[in-house]
Amino acid sequence: MSEHIIPAKLYVGIWIALMILTVLTAGVSFIDLGPFNTVVALVIATCKALLVVLFFMHVKYTSEKMTKVVILSAVFWLFILLALSLSDYGTRMWR
Amino acid sequence: MADSTVGVESHDPALRHHFATREQQREASSLGMWLFLGTEIMFFGGMFCAYLIYRYWYYNEFAAGSRSISIKWGTINTIVLICSSLTVALSVRAAQMGKRKLVLLLLSLTMLFGVAFLGIKGIEWYEKFQEHHVPGQSFDASDIVREYPQIHINQQHEQIYFSLYFAMTGLHALHMIIGLGIFLYLTFHTWKGTYTPEYYTPLEIGGLYWHFVDIVWIYLYPLLYLIDRKPLG
Repeated sequence: MSEHIIPAKLYVGIWIALMILTVLTAGVSFIDLGPFNTVVALVIATCKALLVVLFFMHVKYTSEKMTKVVILSAVFWLFILLALSLSDYGTRMWR
Repeated sequence: MADSTVGVESHDPALRHHFATREQQREASSLGMWLFLGTEIMFFGGMFCAYLIYRYWYYNEFAAGSRSISIKWGTINTIVLICSSLTVALSVRAAQMGKRKLVLLLLSLTMLFGVAFLGIKGIEWYEKFQEHHVPGQSFDASDIVREYPQIHINQQHEQIYFSLYFAMTGLHALHMIIGLGIFLYLTFHTWKGTYTPEYYTPLEIGGLYWHFVDIVWIYLYPLLYLIDRKPLG
């Protein structure tokens, strides 16, 4: 964050991008893309989350590298939880 | 002793003694908040994990349940939360520039958006109670079974979708209520003039919390409302 003050225009720009992505994800869900509906929905959600984290939460402007380490580790831990759980439940029918 | 007295008098009032600079002080608070948000990711992560497993097992019921909740209210609520995140970001910016009245206005707008979100959530839940889609003794999804004859639906499995729907939106709504409490506190202190361009850390930290709750919703929205909306053939 630091003393850096982000121009209001940039915040409004991010807000417009988030609005467009919201309308886009709602619209795309009505089109049949097969299994890619879920992929597109999650990619759009992750883009929105990134915009919020980088600009609204000032991570792009922080000089504290530890903040980025904490965020990346937290997401990595979440993936450990999801991946190991799914590798169990997802393969139980394989017997 | 004489030295330390001189030191205290010339000390920056906004800086705690154990920090070298104001920037270091702010970054430390921010880092602490991010650590807390890391635990929050795991807190919600357990639910997302349960969601993922059951969605994988009972996809039909999740798709039908997703069709039965209101995409209109879900989308409006997403937009409301994004607007609230903008007002939060702008309020922190106004605090950096020392515009107290603008901070008060933006914090009030944020709380207004927060209350609107909870009100809309209330409308949605009320509809679900009326339709007997709340898990428990009176759960009855026969209307969903009738509405989508193309989809094979097991009512017990349908109940799991709605259990997760209520648990996840409920936990999120609880975070919104706590967020409103935090913002009430921040508004009170802004009104009292506690925050200055040198010291606005609570606003920054409270803002991080609010944005995090927004991000949880950014994922809940497609996962709960948009599972399967394509026209049924």
